[in-house]
Amino acid sequence: MAYPKDYKYTKEHEWIQVKGNSATVGITDHAQESLGDIVFVELPKVGAQVEAGKSFGTVESVKAVSELYAPASGKVVAINESLNQGPEAVNQDAHAAWMIKLELTNPSQADALMSADDYEKYVAEEK
Amino acid sequence: MSSTAEGQTLRKTALNAMHRRLGAKMVDFGGWDMPVDYPSSGGLVKEHMAVRTGVGMFDVSHMGDILIRGPQALDAVQWISMNDASKLQEGQAHYSALLYPEGTFVDDVIVHKMGQNDYLLVINAGTREKDHSWVRKNVSKFRCHADDVGDYYTQIAIQGPKAEATLQKLTNVDLSQIKNYWFKHGTVCNLPNTLIARTGYTAEDGFEIYVPSDVPTSERVWNEVTAAGKEFGIVPCGLGARNTLRLEGKMALYGHEISDTINVFEAALDRYCKIEKPDFIGKAALEKVKAAGVKRILVGLEAVDRGIPRDGYKVFDQAGSEIGYVTSGSPAPFLKKNIALAYVPPQHSEIGGEVFVEIRGQKVKCKVVPTPFYKKPKKS
Repeated sequence: MAYPKDYKYTKEHEWIQVKGNSATVGITDHAQESLGDIVFVELPKVGAQVEAGKSFGTVESVKAVSELYAPASGKVVAINESLNQGPEAVNQDAHAAWMIKLELTNPSQADALMSADDYEKYVAEEK
Repeated sequence: MSSTAEGQTLRKTALNAMHRRLGAKMVDFGGWDMPVDYPSSGGLVKEHMAVRTGVGMFDVSHMGDILIRGPQALDAVQWISMNDASKLQEGQAHYSALLYPEGTFVDDVIVHKMGQNDYLLVINAGTREKDHSWVRKNVSKFRCHADDVGDYYTQIAIQGPKAEATLQKLTNVDLSQIKNYWFKHGTVCNLPNTLIARTGYTAEDGFEIYVPSDVPTSERVWNEVTAAGKEFGIVPCGLGARNTLRLEGKMALYGHEISDTINVFEAALDRYCKIEKPDFIGKAALEKVKAAGVKRILVGLEAVDRGIPRDGYKVFDQAGSEIGYVTSGSPAPFLKKNIALAYVPPQHSEIGGEVFVEIRGQKVKCKVVPTPFYKKPKKS
């Protein structure tokens, strides 16, 4: 699956799409593929503060638990409630199945993250 | 290069290259480089469901095999294992365990009576060397030989309600005549004298076949089983599905439900321990345990609240006191529940009772449920 060019990517396999002060966050296709069948997503409450590089929730597949790390700091303004009932959406299309929306503390913070091309190279090296 | 914690090279089965060609995700399991699942054929849940509803196939060549042969083979097997091997008929197998003098587990095993003075013990992968040296030491006073023959065989498990129909295409043995936990020798994939056992680790009907462990033969058999099962939707299955399948069936996994610090009564495996049979290693200690009772016992849990109990998580009572721990826990793909096995004090083992499993700081309500969680449907 192609990595959207307008997203930025973390080494921990999250993506972030920044639009002005707001951002949408999810996990990458590579992350869902290595996790396997996703059965559980635990997200913060709306209004919570998340900090870049720190855990903001967990995603669980049948066989493993994995932390979710915030690509940037900010306040949670929305969570994808549909993942409570249908976490498999992340397997189906990880780049559409967003997890949280943030009001960013510093919108330029995500600039330092990997581009789609860099991330693809990073994943290829990890394999 | 991958290596284990001890710095040893990972061991590979004869089907290692096959798994890699099939795109399996590989993991280090007890020092073996094994497939955890095959994303290209659908992944863990699909593999699990194939075994429950159709057929799946597993490379289980990492399992160990010990042959005990000689005039006193039966006496030796009786001394080192807890079930009563004198009850076995030729062609029959049973579940048993090797115990320490304390009544705790060296390993669990399947004992096959191959012939009058001839027994085959199938043991776990991660404990092969330990088991073999332990067996050798403890049978030395009997007139018999204990040989590690694990490397001679590629062991393939064909499991599921369509396992018989799949394997029947490849053998002249009438499989319908092999009862559960019995075995026969016959030609499979043109290989004469192949051991075909109606055994498995999935809580489903199925067979395990033992074929020569050279790569060409192993791959040929694998391919023929794949082709034979095609009409039933056969998929290769990895250790991930093997674990969820055995958990639904409450089958013990060494290092989890059983270990060198857990005894037979705690593990609730006493029905496989014939404590009344003549002396065996662990008997004296277990007689004491039986008289005194246990302080903890294995129970099945089902999460009532949202959350997945997993291996090692702590268990609490309603008052908030820590009372035990989860030995294995996972989403159960067929049952579609989050289930776990856990050690708790006997007073908390009553069916329907509530306990709490701590999951990332949250106490998640679980109830004690009957086990096995899953039982295969009776044949109609």
